[in-house]
Amino acid sequence: MKKEITGVLLVVVFVLASVLAAGCGEGKTGPEAGIGKELTGSITVAGSTSVQPFTEVLAEEFMAQNPGSKINVQGGGSSQGIEAARSGAADLGVSSRELKPEEKELQEFKIARDAIAVVVHPSNRVDNLTLVQVRDIFLGQITNWKQVGGQETEITLMSREAGSGTRDGFETLVLNQQPLSDRALIANSTGTVKTMVAGDKNAIGYISMASLDDTVKVLAVDGVRPTVETVKADQYKISRPFLYVSTDEPVGLTRAFIDFVLSDAGQRILEDEGAVGVK
Amino acid sequence: MKETLIEKLLFFSALVSILAIILIIIFICSQGIPLVARVGIKNFLFSTTWDPANGQFGIATMLVGSLLVTIGALIWGVPLGMALSIFLAEIASPRVAGIMTSMVELLAGIPSVVYGFFGLAVIVPFIREYIGGPGFSALAGAIILGIMILPTIVNIACDAIKAVPREYTEGSLALGATRWQTISRIVLPAARSGIIAAIVLGMGRAIGETMAVVMVTGNVTRIPGSIVEPVRTMTSNVVLEMGYASGDHQLALFATGMVLFIFIVILNLVVTASLKAGE
Repeated sequence: MKKEITGVLLVVVFVLASVLAAGCGEGKTGPEAGIGKELTGSITVAGSTSVQPFTEVLAEEFMAQNPGSKINVQGGGSSQGIEAARSGAADLGVSSRELKPEEKELQEFKIARDAIAVVVHPSNRVDNLTLVQVRDIFLGQITNWKQVGGQETEITLMSREAGSGTRDGFETLVLNQQPLSDRALIANSTGTVKTMVAGDKNAIGYISMASLDDTVKVLAVDGVRPTVETVKADQYKISRPFLYVSTDEPVGLTRAFIDFVLSDAGQRILEDEGAVGVK
Repeated sequence: MKETLIEKLLFFSALVSILAIILIIIFICSQGIPLVARVGIKNFLFSTTWDPANGQFGIATMLVGSLLVTIGALIWGVPLGMALSIFLAEIASPRVAGIMTSMVELLAGIPSVVYGFFGLAVIVPFIREYIGGPGFSALAGAIILGIMILPTIVNIACDAIKAVPREYTEGSLALGATRWQTISRIVLPAARSGIIAAIVLGMGRAIGETMAVVMVTGNVTRIPGSIVEPVRTMTSNVVLEMGYASGDHQLALFATGMVLFIFIVILNLVVTASLKAGE
C-alpha cells in the first residue's frame, strides 16, 4: 500500500515537473527593438485572421534576412488587433477593415488590398449582379436564379464558417452585418467552396480573388469584374484594405518590418500569396 | 526483484493512460463549463441559434445532426455488417472468408479524408441528381459512415460468432433444425454480448467521425426537414470553427466537445442497457 502511494506521488511530481517545464519555455523577450544596424529583439504582430497567413510568410522571410530578430504573429481578429496595438500588448495591430473614426488616432500603414470574388457554376447564364442582388441572395431574400435573369432553379448558397476572415469580409462589405441565410452550406476552406460551386449548377459562393481559376465563373458586381486593376483603382466594390496599425511612430524593428513589407520584395510576396499590392 | 520492477513498470504505464483520460476530461471541462454556465445549460443544449459572432451559442441543431447521421449509419451499417459477419463466420469456405476478411480490414485502413472525398465526388452529386436537395445532406453522411463502421462491426461480431461453442451448433443441427434456424436461434443469441459490443463500438466510431462528415453534410446549423437536407454534427462544428475561434467562441467549441463526450457515454449506456434488457 505504501509503495503504491509512493508510485502515485512519483507520477504526480513527474507530470507537474513537465507541465512547469513547458510553461517556462515561453519566456517573453519583450518589445525591446534593436537599435542600429544589427536588428535584434522581438515584436508581436496581432490581429485580423485574414491577414495572418500573409503576415506569417512576410515574417518568415524577414526573419531569414535578419537572423537576430523574432516576429511573433498572432490572430484574434481586426478589432482585437487594433485594441492590442492601443494597449501595447502588440507592437503592431493588424486590421482587415478601414479604421473607425474613433480609431483614427492610430498610425495606419496600408500594406495591401484583398478582393472577394462572387463565383457561380461555369454553365450559369448570369454574368452580372448588383451588390444589392448579391446581398439579397445571401440573406435568403432572392432564392431563385430566375429572379436575377437566370434559369428557373433554386439557388444553392455556399459560405465559409463563422470566424473565417473571408466570411467576415463578405459580411462587412456585402451583408452590412445582417445575418447570412441559414440555408447556406458551410465549408471551412476556400478550396472546398470552389469544389462545391464547381460541382453544382445552381450554386453561388464567394472566395478570395487569389484563389480564382477556370473551374468556376466569376460574376461582375455592379458591372465591375474583380481584377488587380479594378481593385487597385477601388472600382470593385467587394474589396478591403489590409492595415498595420500602431500607436506611435514605429521605430527600430517595427519600423524595419513595415519598411520590408512595403518594399518591392515584400509587396511581391503579398502578391504571390494572392493579395493586391498597394504600389 | 525483477518481478516487482516489471510490476511497477506496468502499473506506471496503466496509470499514465488513465491519467491522460483524466487530464483530457479536466481540460475540456475547465474550458467548457464556465461558458455553459454563463449561457445557461438549457440555452446551450436547446437553442437552435448558433451565431458565435453575436454571442448566440445553441447547439440543438448539432445534437440533431449528430443523432440523425449516426442513426442513419447504423440503420444500414448494422444489418450489412451482421450479414457479413454471419457469412464470414458460418457460411463462407475458409478461402473465401480469408479473402473477404482481409478486404474488410482494408476498409479500416482507408483514411477518413479519402472517404470524404469519395462522398464529395460520388455520393453528393448522386443524391443531388436522383433524390433531390443540394446533395450535401444527412443522408450522404449516413451512407459514408455506414461503410466506415463496417470493419469495426465485422471484426468484433465475427469473433463473437466464432467463439460460440461448436457443441451448440452441432446439437441444434442434430435435433433437426435447419442451418438458418441454428444461426438465428442458437448462434446469434449465444454471441449476443459480443454483437452488442460490436454495435456500440461502431456507433462510437460513427458519432466521433469528423473529416468525412464535414465534407459531405453541408454543415448548416438548422434543424433539417428531411434526410436530404444538410446538417452539422458536433464534431464538424469543432473542426470547422476551431481554426479561427477565439475567446467565448473557442470556449463554446470546447463545450461542444464536452457535450459530445457526455453524449457518447450516455448513448453507450442506453444502447448496452436496452440490448441487455432484451435478453
